Amino acid sequence: MRYLLKRFIHALFLLVGVSILSFVFTALAPGNYFDEMRLNPQISPDTVTALRAHYGVDRPVVVRYARWLESVAHGDLGFSFAYNTPAAPLLWARAWNTLLLTVTATLISWLIALPLGIWSAERKARGPDVAITAATGLLLSMPDLLLALGLLIFAVRTGWFPTGGMVSVGSESLSWLARIRDLFLHMALPVAALVLSTIPLLVRHVRSAMAGVLGSGFLRAAQAHGIPRRTILYRYALPAAAHPLISLFGFSLGALLSGSLIVEVVMSWPGLGPLLLEAILARDLYLVIGGVMLSTIFLVIGNFIADLILYWADPRIRTS
Amino acid sequence: MGRQRKLVVLLTLLGAAHLMIACAGFFAPYDPTTQDRNHPYAPPMRPNFVDAAGHFHLRPFVYSENLREGSFDEYVRDTSHPIPLRFFITGTSYRLFGLIPMRLHLFGADGSPAFLLGSDAYGRDLFSRMLYGGQISLLAGLLATALALSSGLLIGALAGFFGGWTDEILMRVAELFLALPWLYLLFAIRAFLPLAVSPVQAFFLVVVLIGTVGWARPARLIRGVVLSAKERDYVRAAKGFGASNSYLLRSHILPQAWSVVLTQAAILVPQYVLAEVTLSFLGLGVPEPAASWGNLLTSLQQYSVLTTYWWMYLPSLGMVPFFLGYLALASALQKRAEQSKI
Repeated sequence: MRYLLKRFIHALFLLVGVSILSFVFTALAPGNYFDEMRLNPQISPDTVTALRAHYGVDRPVVVRYARWLESVAHGDLGFSFAYNTPAAPLLWARAWNTLLLTVTATLISWLIALPLGIWSAERKARGPDVAITAATGLLLSMPDLLLALGLLIFAVRTGWFPTGGMVSVGSESLSWLARIRDLFLHMALPVAALVLSTIPLLVRHVRSAMAGVLGSGFLRAAQAHGIPRRTILYRYALPAAAHPLISLFGFSLGALLSGSLIVEVVMSWPGLGPLLLEAILARDLYLVIGGVMLSTIFLVIGNFIADLILYWADPRIRTS
Repeated sequence: MGRQRKLVVLLTLLGAAHLMIACAGFFAPYDPTTQDRNHPYAPPMRPNFVDAAGHFHLRPFVYSENLREGSFDEYVRDTSHPIPLRFFITGTSYRLFGLIPMRLHLFGADGSPAFLLGSDAYGRDLFSRMLYGGQISLLAGLLATALALSSGLLIGALAGFFGGWTDEILMRVAELFLALPWLYLLFAIRAFLPLAVSPVQAFFLVVVLIGTVGWARPARLIRGVVLSAKERDYVRAAKGFGASNSYLLRSHILPQAWSVVLTQAAILVPQYVLAEVTLSFLGLGVPEPAASWGNLLTSLQQYSVLTTYWWMYLPSLGMVPFFLGYLALASALQKRAEQSKI
């Protein structure tokens, strides 16, 4: 239990650190949302000054940070200048869509990567292994941006998948079954892009973790007992190799969040990515900070889940 | 020995590819910013050896594509007049490495333009833009790597060598940088910087930005190396003889970090090239008319381009062989480092 508590406090420190870091950068940076207004002759300089005072942008960074913390305590996560509402509702609506993509992609890529990596490790330096290593190498050097665009071109030219958005026009009138089907069709491409960009790394790690275990004596003993190969691989070898893989699970979530940013923009999926890009272009300060904070929270939660699994899977951590 | 040979071959191939990009002016038939308003969105023209009548030509040729009467993007292939490709011809002037004025090009065509990868909305040759775009993207990646590695080396060495609270603070900050999804971090910092900047300013902005975000991982690794090197007997002996801190770092400790730095470089360069590509693709990096592998893709954000002018996708594939090369180099270097450890 102390282990979990320690991880939790660590995560809390991380979140505070990230928020401070964000505010330090805003303090260093030139320009803000109201600079655009100054260029507009219809808005008087007095109005801009009044607005700046109203939003507290003219205050020193420490005061701004304190006010921001206060709004976090209210569950607002700051204020969006462009939308003229608290940032949190905007962010949450988009965050669910991002989570839908990333969680699905994480599950699918692990489901594919585990057997592939194990298979590759078992046939080390033989046909399947060489083929898998070559394929993962090629996929690794194919950036997610190019993957997403390539898939999009494929979809547009074949017309097999809807491109862009999350639902079809007029989907509200469909039955719930048809709506789920519609959602799945829209999800297919972005999820495929994410899965393809994550799988190679996962396969390689699974392979090397398994290869390290496969030579050990207890597995040979199990084989001598006549236990079937499949059982040996999945029931005996995999748990022994699991430790680095579970840590990788938390890490892969972070990579997926970054990848998802691009894929969402390319495929116009209404997630955090497009919102963040919009906020950057509009210099909507608190929305950007909110987006970064939210992605950090996801990452922290992902790592925490990884810690929980580790706690459950590795008796050495429980006893220490 | 086999491993050493493989490394040499890899380095030669990568070096040749970089040289080709560095000499873009020679390999590109056209200037990357010259517009040909008679050929907007011209489809790729494949070099052929066998003509429409089935005759074989030793000299490769292309068929010219001409706009259909009254259309602005439909092309008719003129198969009656093959346009031979000429090699080592004099064409538009350029500066090799940005210094030496030259007019010599590897190939080109007389009469009609030969767009091997097609042309964009302004009739600019995509093949030439691919090569010139590589200059910006690769240089950005290399400079950002140099920046991230040197700051990582400095910070890692300080943290590892002095230990104590210096170490504690530096490594806590590094953890912060490592914990964030790094693209979000890159975006967030970009958000606070000016949007409308000239291409040259944008280029350096991107380089500094990526370098700033990227120092943490190398710093952590180098700190580890320094920590273990500090405890070696010969370092202690040198210290006992009264060697100064800077001497110890320079002559005994940092040379140990060399292989880590090299491996990190091979891992980071493609990552940072990709960071530049992503930023430029989203319009946050190097802007038009300069070409980069990222902003070459920007037009694909329009649906009409995506459906009709798919070849706008082709030039950015130029980065894939580089990424493959760096990937192989990184794993070869890693293996070598592991072997020398044993």
